[in-house]
Amino acid sequence: MSKMKKIFSALALSVLLAIPAPTLAAPASGKAPELQKWSFAGIFGTYDTNQLQRGFQIFQEVCSTCHGASLIAFRNLTEAGGPEFPESQIKQLASEYYIIDPELEEGERPAILADQWPNPFATEREAREVNGGALPPDFSVLAKARNLAKKFPMNFYDMATAYQEGGADFIYNLLVNYEDEPPHGVEIADNQQYNSFLGRGIAMMSPLMEELVEYDGDGVPLTVEQYAKDVTAFMYWMADPHLVSRKTIGLNVLIFLSVFALLMYLVKRRIWAGVKH
Amino acid sequence: MTLATNVKNDPTRRDFLYVTTAAVGAVGAAAAVWPLIDQMNPDATVKALAVIEADLSAIEVGQSVTFKWRGQPIFIRHRTAAEIETAKAVPLEDMIDPQTDAERVIAGHEQWLVMVGICTHLGCVPLGQKPDDLKGDFNGWFCPCHGSHYDSAGRIRKGPAPKNLLVPPYEFMSDTLVKIG
Amino acid sequence: MSSHSNYNPTNPVEKWFDERLPLIRFSKEHLMDFPTPKNINYWWTMGAVLAIVLVVQIVTGIILAMHYVPNIEMAFDSVEHIRRNVNYGRIIQGTHAVGASMFFFAVYIHMFRGLYYGSYKAPREILWILGVIIFLLMMATSFLGYTLPWGQMSYWGATVITNVFSAIPLVGTPILEFLRGGFVVDNPTLNRFFSLHYLLPFIIAAVVALHIWALHVPGNGNPTGVEVKSNADTIPFHPYYTMKDLFVIVVFFIPFAWFVFFAPDILGHADNYIRANPFVTPAHIVPEWYLLPFYAMLRAVDFDVLFINAKLGGVIVMFGSILILMVLPWLDKSKTRSGNYRPMFKPFFWLFVLNFLMLMYLGAQVAEGIYVILSKVGTAYYFGYFLIVLPILARIETPKPLPNSISESILDKHEAKAAKKIQIGGEGNE
Repeated sequence: MSKMKKIFSALALSVLLAIPAPTLAAPASGKAPELQKWSFAGIFGTYDTNQLQRGFQIFQEVCSTCHGASLIAFRNLTEAGGPEFPESQIKQLASEYYIIDPELEEGERPAILADQWPNPFATEREAREVNGGALPPDFSVLAKARNLAKKFPMNFYDMATAYQEGGADFIYNLLVNYEDEPPHGVEIADNQQYNSFLGRGIAMMSPLMEELVEYDGDGVPLTVEQYAKDVTAFMYWMADPHLVSRKTIGLNVLIFLSVFALLMYLVKRRIWAGVKH
Repeated sequence: MTLATNVKNDPTRRDFLYVTTAAVGAVGAAAAVWPLIDQMNPDATVKALAVIEADLSAIEVGQSVTFKWRGQPIFIRHRTAAEIETAKAVPLEDMIDPQTDAERVIAGHEQWLVMVGICTHLGCVPLGQKPDDLKGDFNGWFCPCHGSHYDSAGRIRKGPAPKNLLVPPYEFMSDTLVKIG
Repeated sequence: MSSHSNYNPTNPVEKWFDERLPLIRFSKEHLMDFPTPKNINYWWTMGAVLAIVLVVQIVTGIILAMHYVPNIEMAFDSVEHIRRNVNYGRIIQGTHAVGASMFFFAVYIHMFRGLYYGSYKAPREILWILGVIIFLLMMATSFLGYTLPWGQMSYWGATVITNVFSAIPLVGTPILEFLRGGFVVDNPTLNRFFSLHYLLPFIIAAVVALHIWALHVPGNGNPTGVEVKSNADTIPFHPYYTMKDLFVIVVFFIPFAWFVFFAPDILGHADNYIRANPFVTPAHIVPEWYLLPFYAMLRAVDFDVLFINAKLGGVIVMFGSILILMVLPWLDKSKTRSGNYRPMFKPFFWLFVLNFLMLMYLGAQVAEGIYVILSKVGTAYYFGYFLIVLPILARIETPKPLPNSISESILDKHEAKAAKKIQIGGEGNE
């Protein structure tokens, strides 16, 4: 390697090593987020079925009054790699929701497995009227529509570790950092509550509180942190339902490519063996 | 250097590497190509509607309702006792596509006739579902396109259609709930 | 085009076919027997990689087009439908999205190879210009494609970049409305962007064919910059380079697969998972990483020059930065092709590479403070490199002595290696 190249790479390496820990981009003037350990992170990540079931329970009992999930079908809740509820249970659940169908006499019918999750409000205007002018976002891809991307050069660290959970970390930190009062000197609007992670007021009041939702059995703590983790995991599943099969196939593909690359290298060496180059 | 020369001149070792690599490559290529082909197969939303459940509780005796299954109309008729009698009494020699009434319904549920509402001639949707529709000469269904007449068991009796109205795979989940597909 | 084929069909069917359409003869001549310099290194493998990635993009793209709906009401949902419901849709869509980034990653390596080794010099000027045209088409294609999911970044990126045309004096606004099919980016825009996104890759393929043809007239360059003098300098393309290129392609697929299967969204932007909203502008509108250096140069011009306002100035600089590549063969008249033999040239070249990466970083930052200053410096060096540094170097530089031929340089290299081994005290080789 030429001297110039050596100096350049040494410089680059020392810059990279000098940075001790990933520096995070906290939104606006908020406090630094706490990254969570998610079961679905990393190349061996999978969803925790029980967690997804708990998360769905929170979604249904707490969030779905205001937030839609229009890209999720009821049948998704029964499919492998997700909450994996029994079909009969979801069929029963679906029949409690009504799908608007103007062609029918009654104008609506009970939902079936094949239907998408119905919106809680008929129009955007209605949604805003009920929520003080704010529009509760649809949950379908919300966990991918938020991020805690690290700034250069630590974004390369994210690429190397396949960090895709920025949306989950964002949502979790949002849910657990509501404050009763904004800090001194900070003004927020009447219909807002202060959130120290965002560093500003937010029109959604804190949706979670201790013992809000009863989990069946389990011995899982009924704390805000637990609820936040569970509902966030469920939201991430909604955004990425094929995560488990994707990572499984990916592992196989990487192993295959590594083996194939090695074989191709040996073939290349064998072919070039007699040629001075 | 000497080892390399040996290996180069030894055909079995050289060929083994080439053959193995080619085989591994072929497996990889096949695995990569399959998704590109499979994506044209029916997707999850289509497959979700491949099986439907029809609620029969609101269908009164003598009434017909049309459901949708795999994009096709399904005629479900709650037959009267008279219609069932007439259908059973027809001799097989009189039929263009001989089939007994029993072969077209499920035992214990003969009053329910479940058929794909597509004429077996050239694909029109026959009349006969509504009370004021033409029902043809055999009091069943009548296809206005080319004049096929179906009887009260949906069998072709007169006209150009070659086969009886198709009976889809179905089973009763309960007395009033039928699963089709 | 000199004939290097030793194709002699004996099979009567082959002969019959060869007399009517010499496809097999042509393929053999250009893909198998073609004499290629013995000494080309791994920087030369990107061409084959690019061809494969183009095929991957076209195949996955055609498949996506079977399921995608180019209407503003349905576009976002149709992409999610592909990811969720179409068999293997998640993987096919992920491959197409990541593939665009991999395409540019390979093309930048390919272009920097050209800049370092003087691949643009006579007699390969047209080859180089065709390459710049391919690069322009790639930029257009990727811009059009990014609009299609109809997320916030899709919409606002389209708005910002189409606005660029309004900078043209007099005819700017009519052209803008012509491009958009309306006053703002809306359904007509999306629909035609889809049509053009489908069309352009086939134009790229045609220009790639010309690019390879233009290469095969003089033959490949090589790291010494000394042209092929005899058969001792070359080996047939197959199996030496077919297998070497195939090896690199497999290795290239490893980071490709890493992104597709484990980090499919990391090269994109979270805001593009928010449906396009013409009334809400995202806090930071950022193009995809591969367009960032040019975006930085566009924003660097924030001052008027005489009758050219800042907006027009930025547009001129941005397009100029790519068009200047086309005249590079006439700016750098140094007789020595390869940077290996140009000691004064090397530090300026590496500085150019660093500068390009710095501009890439700056393109993603807010256009304030130190970032603006650095963008101006970076833009100045970018143009200065082509307009000042290279022409001056051509005159004043004393290059290192070139080897007489490729085969001689190979022999020299091996002698030097052997000498080093003896020096270190290793065992004798013979």
